Amino acid sequence: MIFEIGIYHYTILSAFLFFTGVFGIFLNRTNLIIILMSLELILLSVSINFISFSVFLGDITGQIFSLFILTVAAGEAAIGLAILVVYFRNSGNINVNEINKMRG
Amino acid sequence: MFASILFFIFSFLILASALLVITSKNPVNSVIFLIFSFFNAAGIFLIAGAEFLALIMLIVYVGAVAVLFLFVVMMLDLNFEELNKKTNFVKTGIITAGILIAEMIVLFVYYPEEQSFIINKNNELNSLTNTEIIGSKIYTEHFYHFQIAGLILLVAMIGAIVLTLRHRDNVRRQDISSQVSRDQEKNVELKDITFEESE
Repeated sequence: MIFEIGIYHYTILSAFLFFTGVFGIFLNRTNLIIILMSLELILLSVSINFISFSVFLGDITGQIFSLFILTVAAGEAAIGLAILVVYFRNSGNINVNEINKMRG
Repeated sequence: MFASILFFIFSFLILASALLVITSKNPVNSVIFLIFSFFNAAGIFLIAGAEFLALIMLIVYVGAVAVLFLFVVMMLDLNFEELNKKTNFVKTGIITAGILIAEMIVLFVYYPEEQSFIINKNNELNSLTNTEIIGSKIYTEHFYHFQIAGLILLVAMIGAIVLTLRHRDNVRRQDISSQVSRDQEKNVELKDITFEESE
C-alpha cells in the first residue's frame, strides 16, 4: 500500500533532494552564496538518509552521525561565508566564473 | 495514515522549496526558502521518530546557519542583476543530475530483497527515549568522534575570525603594552616656572 511509509519513501526523498542540490550547483555558477546553499541541501539529504536508515534498521548510530554531519555543515558554512566575505572585500564581486586570480 | 499524509505534505514542501532555493532571483528569497526547507525536514525527522535531531536541526540551521547566510547577503552589497545571468552550465547540470538519476534507477532495478536488511527489532530504541539513547551512546562509544566534532567547531570558529579580522590603518586602537610600560622618567616632565617673567 502506498500510504505505508517505508524506507523507500525516505530514500527517494533524499535522492531527489540530492539531485536538486547538485543541479543547483551547476545552475548558479555565478552566485557563490546559492552554491553554498546547495551544499547545505546536499548535506540535508544525506542527513535524511542517515536518520531514516537509523530508524528503520533500529540502530542509533545513524542519528549520531547525522549530528556530526550537522557539526560539519555548520563549520563549513561559517568558513565558506568567511572566505566569501574576504573575497568580496578584495575583488568587489562574487562571480565564480571570474575567480581565476591564482591561475599561473 | 495521518502520519503518511503528513510525510507526503512535508516531502513535497521540501522538494518545492529546494527548487525555489536554486532558481530564485534574489538570494534573500533563497535563504527564506532554505529555512522553510529545514523546517519541513525537521517535520520529516519528527515523523521518523528522531525528535532530538529534529529540534537540534531547527536550532542549528534556522538559528545559526540561516542567520549567517542572511547576514552575509545583507553585508555584501551585491548587484543581483549581474549575478542572474545564466551560464551555459545548465546542460552540464542536467546531464550530471540525469546520470545520477539513471544510477538510482539501476539501483532500484537490481535492488536486493527487503529481507536482506538486518532489522534489529528488540533493541534499545524501544526502551528509552530518543535523547537518552543518543546521550548514552555519544559519550561512551562515540566519545572520540564527539571530541573531534568539538575540534572541528573550534577550528571553524578560529578560522572564520582569522579570515575576516582586519586592521585598518587610520583607526586609533588601544595599545595595552605601551600603556602598561609607561614609566615616570619618560612621560613626566618637570618645568620650573618663574612667575615674574611670565607677567
